[in-house]
Amino acid sequence: MTRKKRRLYMLGLALLGLGTATALTLTAFQDNLVFFFSPTDLQAKAAEVRDRNFRLGGLVEQGSVERRPDGITVLFKVSDGPHAVPVSYTGQLPDLFREGQGVVVEGRLRPDGVFVAREVLAKHDENYMPPEVADALKRAEHFKDTQKTLVPGS
Amino acid sequence: MIPELGHYALVLALFVALVQSTLPLVGAATGNAAWMAVARPAAVAQLALITVAYLALTWAYLVSDFSVLNVVQNSHSAKPLIYKLSGVWGNHEGSMILWVAMLAVFGAAVALFGRNLPPTLKARVLSVQGMIGVGFLLFILITSNPFIRVVPAPPDGNDLNPLLQDPGLAFHPPFLYLGYVGFSMAFSFAVGALIEGRVDPAWARWVRPWTLVAWSSLTMGIAMGSWWAYYELGWGGWWYWDPVENASLMPWLAGTALLHSAIVVEKRDALKTWTILLAIVTFSLSLMGTFLVRSGILTSVHAFAVDPARGVFILGLLLLATGGSLLLYGVRAPGLKTGGLFAPVSREGALVLNNLLLSTATATVFIGTLYPLFLDIVGGGKVSVGPPFFNATFLPLMIPLVAAMVVGPMLSWKRGDLPGALGRLGAAGAAVLLSVLVTVWLTGGPLLALVGIGLGIWAIAGSAVEVAERVRLFRIPLRDSWTRAAGLPRAAWGMTIAHAGLGIAILGMTGTSAWVTEDIKAMKPGDRTTLAGYEILFEDLRPAVVAGNYSADVGRFRITRDGAPVAVLTPERRSYNVQRMTTTEAAIHTTWVSDLYIALGDPGQTGAWTVRLYHHPLVPWIWIGAVIMVAGGLVSLTDRRLRVGAPERRRATPPPAAQPAE
Repeated sequence: MTRKKRRLYMLGLALLGLGTATALTLTAFQDNLVFFFSPTDLQAKAAEVRDRNFRLGGLVEQGSVERRPDGITVLFKVSDGPHAVPVSYTGQLPDLFREGQGVVVEGRLRPDGVFVAREVLAKHDENYMPPEVADALKRAEHFKDTQKTLVPGS
Repeated sequence: MIPELGHYALVLALFVALVQSTLPLVGAATGNAAWMAVARPAAVAQLALITVAYLALTWAYLVSDFSVLNVVQNSHSAKPLIYKLSGVWGNHEGSMILWVAMLAVFGAAVALFGRNLPPTLKARVLSVQGMIGVGFLLFILITSNPFIRVVPAPPDGNDLNPLLQDPGLAFHPPFLYLGYVGFSMAFSFAVGALIEGRVDPAWARWVRPWTLVAWSSLTMGIAMGSWWAYYELGWGGWWYWDPVENASLMPWLAGTALLHSAIVVEKRDALKTWTILLAIVTFSLSLMGTFLVRSGILTSVHAFAVDPARGVFILGLLLLATGGSLLLYGVRAPGLKTGGLFAPVSREGALVLNNLLLSTATATVFIGTLYPLFLDIVGGGKVSVGPPFFNATFLPLMIPLVAAMVVGPMLSWKRGDLPGALGRLGAAGAAVLLSVLVTVWLTGGPLLALVGIGLGIWAIAGSAVEVAERVRLFRIPLRDSWTRAAGLPRAAWGMTIAHAGLGIAILGMTGTSAWVTEDIKAMKPGDRTTLAGYEILFEDLRPAVVAGNYSADVGRFRITRDGAPVAVLTPERRSYNVQRMTTTEAAIHTTWVSDLYIALGDPGQTGAWTVRLYHHPLVPWIWIGAVIMVAGGLVSLTDRRLRVGAPERRRATPPPAAQPAE
């Protein structure tokens, strides 16, 4: 086999690989991008997000955490100041879930306006604020009161 | 005084690194032997100085010197001794010291043991190592100095994040960093060779041990991290496709490709420019891993509080290292002489396929991990990319990879015989068929699970067949087979062991993904439940008597199966007093074939506790498989040709023993 022919084979294989990867990636992106919204964003987009999986982030509203009689379903509100969205979650909450703390939940919006969370994202560090949440709060001009919970001392 | 000594040693190390990164390089270019010789003492001096800095910081942790800010933020006088020691790298500043310490260890190892390297290449390699050292020492001194004092000193510290106070995680970062930093050797050798304008089989053989060390450590580090996530986070998962996890997976994938392409350079003097490129990419991905974890630009379940300024600095380093080396690559790579020819169906061809699939997989992980960042920068909104994306892109690439992994070693170099190779794998094929049929009969499981089981068995049985072929099992007397087995090169054994280990890990991943049973219940002491054929009685719950920096509630669960006692599990819920944080300590009963996993959640108002119960079939095999892969890497590292037979240029043709018999 000549050098030229071998190169051609290699190039063909490489292009095939690249093509496969691109095709796989594009099809996967189509269905699997999960958008992030703040409660305020959600006011405008309620219709758009129907039947879609998305992430919602904000602060767990003070005094809103309530446990259902079954003992494993928790109701709470995620707020960015001007707006709050009720969230229902069945399962074990992460260790750092607390009222007044930043939280990101993933799930779907039920027609009655309650967000059913499939997942509540845990943090390894109580000083950590998810960048999306910090950003959403900033946009909602709720930022000043919470700034001290952001990255202290580092 | 001791912290200042450490600080001083770091500054000195920076100056030594500056010398190391310039003089030998100039010496190599001008043929000045005295200047080239500076590299060796400089590398050793760097190791000594950074060791002093590292020990100084360790000392501050050991004696709980709360006049040092880093100790105040991350330690507490009541913290157990082991976490005082591991706490040194359990925080950003200390982990960076560990990073440069490992870099210095690798540099000094080349300086001391690389006796048979040509002097110019050695000088250049050590220079490049010196440059990386300069970058990271500057980074530490400017943005992350661990020796800053605090006045007045507080009476006690803030303690280490409780999630990190765990034996699994205590040793996860050192292994991970050993892997990341180990790939800097491949990088330095690649850049050195580019400057030198020469890549040959001897070069590949010099790089191989370093790449093997790095790969084995990274494998171990990733496995430990995954194991820790499994038992400590209390969600029972072992991989979340989280950006921080992906950050360690990308260099692993690229490093695995590098390990395989370097074989082709060594044995056949081909794929040279590609291997150089892979070495550059692998280390760049390692740097990016550090950047992603330390900058906090991506939302991650593993994210820690971070400082954006540091991220920008590491990004700068990353651009400089990657951009500079790629520029050099662009200028020099076309000039490298291409070597041996081979047919598409051959050992080389199989290794090319391996490289194509692995680099494509790296690319898909890269896109999935960085796309949210990209979209955010161009103002496209906040998104995240979750497990479904990776399952849809990564898995289809892994299936042909594992399928081909077994066939490749059966092909001969230059021109292989595919039907012949497949014919000799008949026994492995039969094992696959049998295992799939048994799986269908037992579970009727989903199609993907059948594929997973089939692939896992294919890798294990294929490795066994490959060894049997090499030793001509049952075709010559057993005693002779044994002699042949003992005489096989260690590198061949290493490959077989590592491939079989991957097969075992695949079985574990498949088992737990397809057949996990989980339940969440609110349980009071006295309640019973059942899971996957086990009866579980929540006997009682009492506060644990512990000394140290936490208090705990301990549940007692009596597990029986058909009335026969199996185990008593005691999951804990710990409250760390200083950080006012609770952690879940899951209790796991393992039969080595499956795990029964109980995690205690938070108490409700009615005296019932949230209890998470899992039955994970085959899950321990994930980590057993990973450990076997690491063992394969280490066995390969002991290969005779890497220790003796001092590779010298010209004598580069490998001894026939290293070639397969076929």
